Amino acid sequence: MMQGEPILKISNLSKRFGGLVAVDDLTFNVREHEVMGIIGPNGSGKSTTLNLISGALRASDGMIVLEGQDLTVLPPHKIARAGVARTFQLVRILPKLSVIENVIAGAAFASKPRWGGEAELFASALLERLELGDKKHLGVDSLTYIDQKRLELARALASEPEILLLDEWLAGLNPSELQIGIELISRLRNEGRTIILVEHVMDAIRSLCDRCVVMNSGKKIAEGTPAEVLSDPEVVRAYLGDG
Amino acid sequence: MKLAEVRNLAVGIVVALLAIAVPLVSDGYWLSIATTAMMYIALSTSWALFSGPTHLIALSTGAFFGIGGYLVGTGMSDYELDFWLMAAVAPFVAMFLALLIGLATLRLSGVYFVIFTLGLAEMIRNLVSWIQNNFLGSRGLYVLTDFTDAHIYWMLLAVAIVVFLTGWWINRSRLGFALRIIGNDEEVAKHVGIDTAWSKVTLFMTTGFFAALVGAIVAPRYSYIEPNVVFSPQLSFLVVIMALLGGVHRLWGPLVGVIPFTLMWEAITIFFPSSTTLFLGISFLLIVYLIPNGFVGMFESGLARLRR
Repeated sequence: MMQGEPILKISNLSKRFGGLVAVDDLTFNVREHEVMGIIGPNGSGKSTTLNLISGALRASDGMIVLEGQDLTVLPPHKIARAGVARTFQLVRILPKLSVIENVIAGAAFASKPRWGGEAELFASALLERLELGDKKHLGVDSLTYIDQKRLELARALASEPEILLLDEWLAGLNPSELQIGIELISRLRNEGRTIILVEHVMDAIRSLCDRCVVMNSGKKIAEGTPAEVLSDPEVVRAYLGDG
Repeated sequence: MKLAEVRNLAVGIVVALLAIAVPLVSDGYWLSIATTAMMYIALSTSWALFSGPTHLIALSTGAFFGIGGYLVGTGMSDYELDFWLMAAVAPFVAMFLALLIGLATLRLSGVYFVIFTLGLAEMIRNLVSWIQNNFLGSRGLYVLTDFTDAHIYWMLLAVAIVVFLTGWWINRSRLGFALRIIGNDEEVAKHVGIDTAWSKVTLFMTTGFFAALVGAIVAPRYSYIEPNVVFSPQLSFLVVIMALLGGVHRLWGPLVGVIPFTLMWEAITIFFPSSTTLFLGISFLLIVYLIPNGFVGMFESGLARLRR
């Protein structure tokens, strides 16, 4: 799909925890319909960056602007209503709610809230698309790991977000589940969704991302297509050391 | 309306009609117990509206109840104001206080919230006692009305019905759903767009409102009111215990706990008048250990086992 104008602009973003600088002067844009990968070694500030965008953490410096709206100082619920949805690094589903209620949770408080019969129809259709249709009235404790991941994704999609943040959504899947997972995200991509994904799985990055930002020690060290950044000497050095 | 809702409504109407008839068929002693039970039904059910879904155990019922009783007392005794006026004003005063408490405790979770609400209730009790003793002269207040026990019982029943209707409405609303999500995972709740602070404060204000209304209605029963009596920390604990005994994950759960506990409590205060606190503690331990999900939880898991 053709990529459009930048819709998310991140400029000079920093996050300090005491003396530790987790994100350091980070600047990049995400265009509409684009899948942007954030990669880098462990502890390079990828998840912190997602947490800053979704409002789980408050930035120390810099700006996050979504379609002209400044998100930098907003609380998470307002950021969610502005059109940012996310999944969590360790899957977080709502344990005492049924499968369909978990999805309605994503739809009921979004910028265009759905409730009642409309929400149920909408959530059912979404579950059907994510191949959870036959499990919609079950409790979530009966779901397998990949189904829990799917459910969390369905909850995020239920808000019809402008931008979707996936924090290591493929982590912990076995090889055959991984293929299913990559296939699923590539379908979202073909639907024209705008996605930022933090990922370690290189296959996924190569096949899914239009562009990548590579981080190391909180700083951006490269930006470009997956092929470009993965052949960048500095990126290789960051991953493998000076050797 | 779904079939189950029609059935629940029908059961609710029958129970309410039976409850209306209680004063017509019972003598003074049993009516007095029924009045106490009705008071706790209204208090425990409204308490569970907030604490059930959020799992935040609030020990401030006594403070809101006390505001109701005390405002009626001071209004009628010191300023010769009308009972109805004071009973109408008190719930809004309590709501405002609940707003302040809510805003102060938003960031507290778990045990910190419990301790804060308990401490705050004690502070209000002592503050009101101190003001009463030092500035307002008389220590006690007289609430003299023409109400009989039956009148008070019917008024409490009306409040209880309104509490149930409110709870039914909240459970179907997005607000009730938001509270359930908050109780499951507050972090997720924020990230799906729920204003968690506002949701919790709204529900907390609702419970404060009803507790003060009950306190105001019950005031004529005491005739003579002292801050130390109406701002009772024991009442806060009793409300929690009864709600937990019944089960807080269903609207009618607390009701199921209040009735047996009120009878048992009556027996305890008759046979062991000097060790009620001991029994309060023991019953709390037993409930938490043996029936953590209350009678309703026991009933539902038994039903599930039968169906399997």
